[in-house]
Amino acid sequence: MRHFATLLRSELWKLLVSPSTYIAAFLFLLIMGFLFQLILVDYASDPKDENPSITFFRLFFIPVFFMVPLLTMRSVSEERSRGTIETLMTTPVTATEVILSKFTAGYLYYAVLWAFTGCFHILFYSFVQEDSLFDPYPIIGGYAYIAVSGTLFLSLGIFSSTLTRSQLVAGIASFSMVFGFIVVGSYLEDLALPFLSRPEWIDMLAKHTDVLQHMRDFSSGIIDTRAIVLYASCSLAILFLSILILEYREGAS
Amino acid sequence: MPKSEDQPEYTIEVENLHKRFGNLEAVAGISFRVEKGQIVGFLGPNGAGKSTTMRILTGYIRATSGISRICGTSVASNPHETKRRIGYMPENNPLPQELRVREYLKSRARLKELPLRHRGKRIDEVMERCDLTRAQDRIIGKLSKGFRQRVGIADAILANPEVIIMDEPTIGLDPHQVIMIRDLIASLRGKMSVIISSHILPEIEMTCDEVMIINSGKIVGQGTPNELREAFINSTIYELEINGDLTNLRDSLKTVATDLEVTQFEEGDESGFSKVSIRIPGNHDYGELIFSCLAENPLIRARSLRKRQAPLEDVFLAATRRSWETLDTNLIKKQPSSGENPEKAEVSTAN
Repeated sequence: MRHFATLLRSELWKLLVSPSTYIAAFLFLLIMGFLFQLILVDYASDPKDENPSITFFRLFFIPVFFMVPLLTMRSVSEERSRGTIETLMTTPVTATEVILSKFTAGYLYYAVLWAFTGCFHILFYSFVQEDSLFDPYPIIGGYAYIAVSGTLFLSLGIFSSTLTRSQLVAGIASFSMVFGFIVVGSYLEDLALPFLSRPEWIDMLAKHTDVLQHMRDFSSGIIDTRAIVLYASCSLAILFLSILILEYREGAS
Repeated sequence: MPKSEDQPEYTIEVENLHKRFGNLEAVAGISFRVEKGQIVGFLGPNGAGKSTTMRILTGYIRATSGISRICGTSVASNPHETKRRIGYMPENNPLPQELRVREYLKSRARLKELPLRHRGKRIDEVMERCDLTRAQDRIIGKLSKGFRQRVGIADAILANPEVIIMDEPTIGLDPHQVIMIRDLIASLRGKMSVIISSHILPEIEMTCDEVMIINSGKIVGQGTPNELREAFINSTIYELEINGDLTNLRDSLKTVATDLEVTQFEEGDESGFSKVSIRIPGNHDYGELIFSCLAENPLIRARSLRKRQAPLEDVFLAATRRSWETLDTNLIKKQPSSGENPEKAEVSTAN
């Protein structure tokens, strides 16, 4: 991992000098701000027991669907289509260093974007009635879930980018994988309905893959280690597959 | 065992290298060795296997079979070590568009493990050598093709590697830049082993110590430009400026060789001298003999006689044509005639 820091630095630098980074950040914050405002308007007209921050985190999948493909589709496929992967892989770097640096740079950017949404909560609590009860745990839990699930979503994006040289194909593949994991994972029980004699393992699996339930748990302050293990192990496995693909296609070791 | 001083030190050794892409055999048993400090040129038509061979040497793609060693280390078993010893500039010279020249070279120096204390000095040095100092703060994507090509070359020589591999380094450069790059490559002679591929044949001839002509994945000719001429061009050409009749010239040169060809390629000028070329089969020096024959004939006055070297282009065409003919013959042999045992046909091809 001798070149990891150099590669990470170069990846972050590329992100900083690229206009698309700022456009994506603007789009993300615009949509998230709009969603938060809609939630507040809804709460103003129809008061609810639940904290608005919890409702905000429940909509986390909306930006994930478009941000993850946008962030990761360029990573390997752009290098491949431009040919710069050839100059990179003919230096003494390993495929592991390349994949991990791209993943870390993407993850840091993703984390910074979500960190900006913290301003929404600060603004909200600075303007609410003085007697309102400030409960930080849903916010901490919500961000903890975003951080844990982000590893898996971004590794899916990096994986799809290693499969092809076309950024468009990588983006669509990344969207499909993330969409599949969130939607199919959350509604596995319902999707399995047509099978009358539903095997027991489907129910067991559905309990573990319910992404929306994980979010509900985390934003209610329940930090479930089973979910952490699922996201961490899946993201490690997918990153490992990405390394293998890069090694196979670009002859690195 | 210590190496004897007479024994040359080989930085690149390739033995029976094969690379298959599905049914296509891109490299079909190439073997060669490059001595330390030698400049070798790869010549060949498009799709001949030059770039594939170069990529195998850099460790970017794996060979299907065969051995390739860089400074005695096997590329297949220890690609990390061999990558430290190679400076590579790929075909079309891919570069990140958004970085500045100096930034790019800095990050490449870090990746190539150049020691921190030498890094800045070495970057300045290569920029100076490649005439990039004035463009060091410019964004690569906004540079002209010539500048970008030089950034690629600067990157290849940056870490002072023992082996430099450049795939068409002079493509897209103007004559001034070509001369600069040629001088740059020539200045590496004796210090680094260089492999370059090019379609510009005079370039290869002027720069390289040895030329390898590759066609259909095989080396069809190898040696110095003169050795290749001797192997593939079986005739000697003289250019002569004469005043007189061509028939008289043919008659007087009969004693030199019986089957020589005399052709006029430039009409007579104001003083009546025209240029003719004489092609004589075989590689010999006929200069003195031609002069004495001309001196004996009072009807012909000669002004100049010059032996013309066959251009490398002719050698290249002859070598590739010969290999295609061999390939065609093999294909015909491979197709068994009706009723013939296919195994028997296979054996005859192998023989």
